[in-house]
Amino acid sequence: MNHELVNPVPIKHKFFTPGVIALVIIALNGLVFLMGRFFFGLGAVTNLNNQYPWGLWIGVDVAAGVALAAGGFTTAALGHVMHREEYHAIVRPALLTAMLGYTFVAMGVFVDIGRWYFIWHPLVMWNGNSALFEVGICVMIYMSVLYIEFLPIVTERFIGKVNLPGFLSSLNKLVDKILRLLDRGLSKTMFVFIIAGVVLSTLHQSSLGTLMVIAGPKMHPLWQTPVLPLLFLLSAISVGLPMVIFESLIASRSLKLKPEMHILSRLGSMIAPILGIYLAFKIGDMFIRETFVYLGEFNTASVMFTIEILFGVVIPLRMFLSPKVLKSPPLLFTASALVVFGVLLNRINNFVVAYTPPYSTESYFPSFGEISVTVGFAAMLVLAYRFIVLNFPVISLPGKHTAQPTKYSIRGVEK
Amino acid sequence: MSGKSRRDFLKKSALIGAGVAGFSTTTSKAAPKNILSEDRMGVLVDTTACVGCRNCEWACKDAHGLPAGNLESYEDRKILETKRRPDHTALTVVNEYPHGKNSNLPIDLKVQCMHCDHPACVSACIVGAFSKQENGSVIWDTDMCIGCRYCMAACPFQIPAFEYDKALNPLIMKCDFCFERTKEGKLPACVSICPVEALTYGPRTELIKIARSRIKRNPARYVDHIFGEYEVGGTSWMYLASKDFKELDFPNLGKNPAPGVSESIQHGIFAYFVPPVSLYALLGGIMWITKRRKELEEEGKI
Repeated sequence: MNHELVNPVPIKHKFFTPGVIALVIIALNGLVFLMGRFFFGLGAVTNLNNQYPWGLWIGVDVAAGVALAAGGFTTAALGHVMHREEYHAIVRPALLTAMLGYTFVAMGVFVDIGRWYFIWHPLVMWNGNSALFEVGICVMIYMSVLYIEFLPIVTERFIGKVNLPGFLSSLNKLVDKILRLLDRGLSKTMFVFIIAGVVLSTLHQSSLGTLMVIAGPKMHPLWQTPVLPLLFLLSAISVGLPMVIFESLIASRSLKLKPEMHILSRLGSMIAPILGIYLAFKIGDMFIRETFVYLGEFNTASVMFTIEILFGVVIPLRMFLSPKVLKSPPLLFTASALVVFGVLLNRINNFVVAYTPPYSTESYFPSFGEISVTVGFAAMLVLAYRFIVLNFPVISLPGKHTAQPTKYSIRGVEK
Repeated sequence: MSGKSRRDFLKKSALIGAGVAGFSTTTSKAAPKNILSEDRMGVLVDTTACVGCRNCEWACKDAHGLPAGNLESYEDRKILETKRRPDHTALTVVNEYPHGKNSNLPIDLKVQCMHCDHPACVSACIVGAFSKQENGSVIWDTDMCIGCRYCMAACPFQIPAFEYDKALNPLIMKCDFCFERTKEGKLPACVSICPVEALTYGPRTELIKIARSRIKRNPARYVDHIFGEYEVGGTSWMYLASKDFKELDFPNLGKNPAPGVSESIQHGIFAYFVPPVSLYALLGGIMWITKRRKELEEEGKI
């Protein structure tokens, strides 16, 4: 067996660089507009109205956010369920992205709903007919699961190193004991959460697609189809691994690490078949419903649809089929970035572009405030990611092959 | 007041109870109240009778505690030059369109919630705040609303409005078919003030008969179409007009209820929780097998 042994460590690198300072400024700008939203209402900051109740925040922060966090469940399925240990090095970074991604999805929902102080209502007030209810509940549970999955990284970081300041130092031993207990309990039960995470993801990734089905003829026929849930699930699965490659290459560049091309190339080789299946369903649906006639018209919808399919699916699909692309970091990055862009655009198209309400006098375009908040959240996410990988054992350093037992075992088959 | 809060309490308790029970039995118990009574009421709007006096707008505001101004100010017909939509300041509005067949008078058209028989908002609402009541009205519980605005995205008639300018306690607003008034046996405010009897309140089945006979007696006056009889599975409010409804800005809708497709998808994915549980079992099985195989391989090597 030549499986890679992984050794995740906190990366030694300074936090602030000129790029990071730019991100801080973007994040602060977002916070200013967020304050405007909370003090003066949604109307003061957004371009939303009675015709366009949902805009950029639902399309990008929530819908695209959930899709782009799909790296968490796809790598969990690959690494833990399929038990491919050679990919364990990428499971933790993907898990961190998913955890932060869902946290920011929840924050996106929190700022978008008018009565944010009632965000807990769906927990006690149920509507089994509502796709949104299902998405809400699944996202809430899955976010908790992601935090639980991340806990072993926290215990690993602090076990034997608990050093509380001042008078709290007398609690050091107790905290250490609790952490050890937690760690032992978690490693025995983690498989329950990992499988739950994959199931929950399948459910809400698809139900996110069901959301707009009820809008019926208000949605452009290029996107409105009863198989939307399946298309959403397939696109989420197909963006999972490209997202992992995308962020891994950015992180290694930013933190001056050697890109783990031996793993990333192998991941890249799995993407083409998944993208192919997604493309087949998308094109098949188009031909069954005969919606290709709308591509003959020249308008925003047809142009956006063409860009989405061509640049987001067809071109990266061709690229991932080429061995040259798989071996070259810049080409692999480009191909992955295109898939990420394609899914991002697909969610924007589904929730914003395709939505044409019957009585609108002018079409919706996000305000500067809405864009500021969305970009600000993205900047905060990157900053949080950077902080965590610098302080917690998330990224594995290539070359250091220290023995590390598989973290998550199943009862009954333990060694 | 105490009676109301007690009722609210009972309602909420029942809901939570139903929710908890729903987990172990079926999902339908977690669904909101959606009654389709045989005797449900409706309103027939005869746009050929409407003169555009907009008294209904005033009466509606007055009945719902919205700033209404004085009735005389509604005589100004200039406002009819632009098309308006119901919003949080006016739950119903009258729009004017060029004349139809056999008349030189413009067509005035009152717009408000249609009170669908299979409402998209009831199906969509994340907390199940909306309900279709026995008397036909589609109402909602303001205390439950989280302001997600999914009802607005779902509504085929684009009716629910939202108070975007309020930072605290913004509400969803729409026509409630004067639920509080009709409960006391009164007519809806708009119906009761209408001076030309353009609005007829009554059991929906009766209204359809009335509409049919009007079309039959006066085929030159009406197009042969009762809007709302079949649209999105039928609506409590129905319209007669002298012109094709598409030219009066009515959306072109089929006969299928708006929530039909999404509800069958939802219930398919969650049929008694069988698909999610099966997926869980399947993944658990794969995980066990792959892990076991790996270990056997390693043992074989050692």
